Amino acid sequence: MKRIHVVDTTLRDGSHAVSHSYSIDQVKAVAAGLDACNLEFIELSHGDGISGSSYNYGFSEVEELDLLEAANSVIHNAKLTVLLIPGIGTVEDLKAAQARGATAVRVATHVTEADISQQHIVAAKEMGMFTVGFLMMVHMSEPERIVEQAKLMESYGADYLNIADSAGFMMPDDVKRRIEALVDALEIPIGFHAHNNLGMAIANSLAAVQSGATYIDATLRGLGAGAGNTQLEVFQGVVQRAGFDTGLDFYGLMDLAENVLEPMMHRSQTIGTGSTMLGYAGVYSSFLLHVFNAGIKFGIDPRDILVELGHRNMVGGQEDMIIDVAYQLTQKKSAERY
Amino acid sequence: MSKVKVAIIGPGNIGSDLMFKIFRSENLEMALMAGIRESDNIIRVREMGVPVTIDGVHGVLAHGDIRIVFDATSAASHLDHAPLLKEAGIVAFDLTPAAVGPYLIPAVNMIDLKHEMNVNMVTCGGQATIPIVYAVTRVAGGKYAEIVACISSYSAGPGTRANIDEFTETTAKAIVDVGGADRGKAIIILNPADPPLIMTNTIYVQIKDTSVGLDAITASVNEMVADLQSYVPGFQLRVPPMLEGDKVTVSVQVEGAGDYLPTYSGNLDIINAAAISAAEIIAADILREE
Repeated sequence: MKRIHVVDTTLRDGSHAVSHSYSIDQVKAVAAGLDACNLEFIELSHGDGISGSSYNYGFSEVEELDLLEAANSVIHNAKLTVLLIPGIGTVEDLKAAQARGATAVRVATHVTEADISQQHIVAAKEMGMFTVGFLMMVHMSEPERIVEQAKLMESYGADYLNIADSAGFMMPDDVKRRIEALVDALEIPIGFHAHNNLGMAIANSLAAVQSGATYIDATLRGLGAGAGNTQLEVFQGVVQRAGFDTGLDFYGLMDLAENVLEPMMHRSQTIGTGSTMLGYAGVYSSFLLHVFNAGIKFGIDPRDILVELGHRNMVGGQEDMIIDVAYQLTQKKSAERY
Repeated sequence: MSKVKVAIIGPGNIGSDLMFKIFRSENLEMALMAGIRESDNIIRVREMGVPVTIDGVHGVLAHGDIRIVFDATSAASHLDHAPLLKEAGIVAFDLTPAAVGPYLIPAVNMIDLKHEMNVNMVTCGGQATIPIVYAVTRVAGGKYAEIVACISSYSAGPGTRANIDEFTETTAKAIVDVGGADRGKAIIILNPADPPLIMTNTIYVQIKDTSVGLDAITASVNEMVADLQSYVPGFQLRVPPMLEGDKVTVSVQVEGAGDYLPTYSGNLDIINAAAISAAEIIAADILREE
């Protein structure tokens, strides 16, 4: 059976869905449970990566370095992993995370901006960390361009290359074309990160492994930005039947999701109107809650904000433009009134 | 009227844009472009009738009449150039991240740094946002300030890309040192949209004194925007100050003058325009003394 490595990101992408409010006890309970289910990678940081705590992305209720230390105290086998987005987090931040127990890092850039990750990938390798190159918003580029960018990350020393459908926009065939091109062109393994905005996360993740990807991101209950990610316990059942081996404890994951994670959730992870629009318009998933807040503040339909963000080709991290768009829309509305 | 002779070290994009700005100046004379090899840019500058040297900083020192230098090379090179320029009594505007001298944001601290022999121009994002941070903190104080700079991928050069941490760290430091906030944070986003987006920045300040009210903050910000427009005409408010609790949010855009670089490169335009505007003041003083 073909081996699949699962990266749990409940405590990172899932952090968006709880507005970065994880407590020490919550982190310990989830991390210990995941470790007991044999997860190889447990990713934990602010949703926007280390040092993402900010006005722009929302402040973490508990300092993320303290959360890392808490997780590290209960993990025996998994690699404690952090996300680092160059332009937000720095090599200095990564050193601080490593000092508190992180042993792996995923360095993420927009799909066309791989060269800004060189500094961080090289530094992480020198620090002895397991290092992943991570390209976001890959629906915006064709396979050839993604391969060219991925090869840069490979050349910097990445241990595997992950692509993210950050807007939950892609269909299984879009995933297949991208993964197959990468598997052909790169020496290192390929991974995939889905969002469920159009209900395609499990199908897309299955398409990814069937196309040769060997690393998959997933979260308990699918907790994550937008309509969430690939639901870990469901994915486990799917790939088990499809003939892949993850080494994970299927029942253990279901119990962990139901008994430990679900009580922490602020709302059930359904595909609401906003998420559907994210996927439809191709907008970065973590914009969702910020768009709803801006909609209320400015009295604007969040759908209009999302569509305009899509028109403007906003990329990950540009949460500040939500305010800008909402403000411009109110100006337009009041101009129309006269 | 006589002019002050200036040199640019580094004939790349930044250096070329600086040169075109100097052509328009009343006080500055484009006396020398210095490179380190016979590059296409050096050849082009020579063909325009501007004196050139390929002897780098040594060519500048050998010239004898240069009073002001713009260093648009790299941090490592500027560390070598700085002591030589200082010894020769030449004022240096450092457009690299070397930061040998204090940070200069002309609209904020030109008066304090008028007699410095070496000033650092912070970062493009810093030039576009720190004046607004300061405009808020000068009336309401600042516990914390955060800026998000979004620039077009097409106007982020290889130097910026290879060391993006330098941008976030330097800008964050200058938010505190020059912007007047107790703590600072900077975020930079590169957006590859085509046609390219104009540089857009958002500034958040957690103020100390909410009793001053939004009107006083807005007045201070508007005054600063007018000051900035005197040297960067394309500087504009996108979202005027908003006050929620103790958080002030402002968004601005910077459209470049298009001297040499495209207008969407407002980031490069503003750092160059800031350096030139400061050099104009220093040159005016030199001319007055003579």
